[in-house]
Amino acid sequence: MILSNGNILSPSTHDRFLTGILWCFSLLASLILGLILFFLVYNSLPVLWDIGISKFFLDSSWHPSEALFNLTPMLVGSLLIMLGAILLAAPLGIVSAIFCRFYAPKVIAVFYQSLIELLSGIPSVVYGFWGLVTLVPLIQKVNPPGTSLLAGIIVLALMILPTVSLIADATFANLPKEYFQGAAGLSLSRFTLLTQIILPASKSGLLTSVILAAGRAIGETMAILMICGNIAQIPDSLFSPVRTLTANIALEMAYAMGNHRSALFVSGLLLMVIIFALVSLAHRAGKGSVYA
Amino acid sequence: MNIPTTIEALDLSSTIIQVENLSLHYNRKPAFAEVSLPIYRDQITSLIGPSGCGKTSFLMCLNRLVDLVPLAKMSGQIRFNAEDIAQKKVNVVALRRKIGMIFQRPNPFPLSIKKNLELPLKEHRTKNKAEIEEIIQTTLEAVGLWKEVKDRLRHSALLLSGGQQQRLCIARALVLEPELLLMDEPCSALDPLSSATVEELIQQLKEKCSLLIVTHNLAQARRIADYTALFWFAEQTGKLIEYGPSAEIFNQPKNQITEAYIRGERG
Repeated sequence: MILSNGNILSPSTHDRFLTGILWCFSLLASLILGLILFFLVYNSLPVLWDIGISKFFLDSSWHPSEALFNLTPMLVGSLLIMLGAILLAAPLGIVSAIFCRFYAPKVIAVFYQSLIELLSGIPSVVYGFWGLVTLVPLIQKVNPPGTSLLAGIIVLALMILPTVSLIADATFANLPKEYFQGAAGLSLSRFTLLTQIILPASKSGLLTSVILAAGRAIGETMAILMICGNIAQIPDSLFSPVRTLTANIALEMAYAMGNHRSALFVSGLLLMVIIFALVSLAHRAGKGSVYA
Repeated sequence: MNIPTTIEALDLSSTIIQVENLSLHYNRKPAFAEVSLPIYRDQITSLIGPSGCGKTSFLMCLNRLVDLVPLAKMSGQIRFNAEDIAQKKVNVVALRRKIGMIFQRPNPFPLSIKKNLELPLKEHRTKNKAEIEEIIQTTLEAVGLWKEVKDRLRHSALLLSGGQQQRLCIARALVLEPELLLMDEPCSALDPLSSATVEELIQQLKEKCSLLIVTHNLAQARRIADYTALFWFAEQTGKLIEYGPSAEIFNQPKNQITEAYIRGERG
């Protein structure tokens, strides 16, 4: 109505209209988030009332049918896989972004960039499938059973590599061109430019890329489920099978009842807490701009 | 040195750079064409003229920074120390050490004041710590920054004021002891007071090296430049239309356009 005869309306009416719409949409978005959180807490509460929080970390094992609810193995599994994947993907992603932006000839850079973008678009089940038929047999030859922490780390590293690489590349792209001119004017070598100027100036952007990738890693389910073996134990080596918090939910949701079902929601809640922590870290990292 | 009244009367050995028929195209679009001029040793030469007539492009040819611009094509000769530096095979790293550049907007690196000066020093001159300290102090004194920053050398250079940043950039270029310093409107992004300080500094720099400075500020050119060149946009490209001692350019210009431009009637 208002838009159809916009020319007779004062701009301030437009403004109020737009503000109203924006308010509605952002309220809706936060309402959805709130609902999910509420749903998680609401469904976790029964078991939390019943046995308390400490049992989830102190019980002898995860055997929900026998009322043993230790989530520590899954928590450790999730964190180990995430850390391993980050350790692999962060340097690789950052180096590939550096290569793309500062070393590669333009044709190769464009090709490589679209390759990375493609990598980010591959469905996680395909990664899992590849891991299962290619990677797991390879690891099995070295040290059985093959489905392991290591397999999870490698596949997850591949999956989060594009996140690191693309955000790192965007960070480099946003650096003021004055730095490059200045460095060229002083005929600094590319190596000096990179290590002394570009990397320090990009610190916060690179940190953000790694943290966001970590968020993606901790939430990954399908691929991990297919290649990690899913045994609820704290792994004693890279070759041991592990179960993650996400896999734990996906595996048991179908048949869980009562406290067991509720305990799975606690897994979900735990994931949310980790994600919140990562996001607020990313927020903080992002604040330190290159001009700080 | 006496300032000769006409270009013809000049001794060639007093020139640091001799530009012959230099032209530059960006993707076939001409930036400036057939510029020939000598730049005199230990003098301040200013390039004036309206925007878009190739002054900055001309500057960037002299230290080959123009190489960084995709599709830029340069032709002609630039003789510097008996070498034609317009040739492709020239060692641009060595060249840019000898011909420094100051940009319109101060561009200190996002590092500490000290680190800004250390980087070029370590790369090209010395890694000896004591020597570095000494050069940093003398250079900062030379640009009049030492007293202002000596207690905060480890603070970010980005916390300095615009004028201080520009003087730091000048110091950063000076630590390499350039023979020629190119300046692209070094004062235009500064407030009047900082601008005056930097201008004063530029006049003192004459004792250390030759200077070629692009400016839009005619009064500034008149105040500080020994020689002045007027670029103009003509025949679809930038052209050098008059060049000579500043006194002559500003008081008895030969070209009508120059006369109109310096009187503020054109441009």
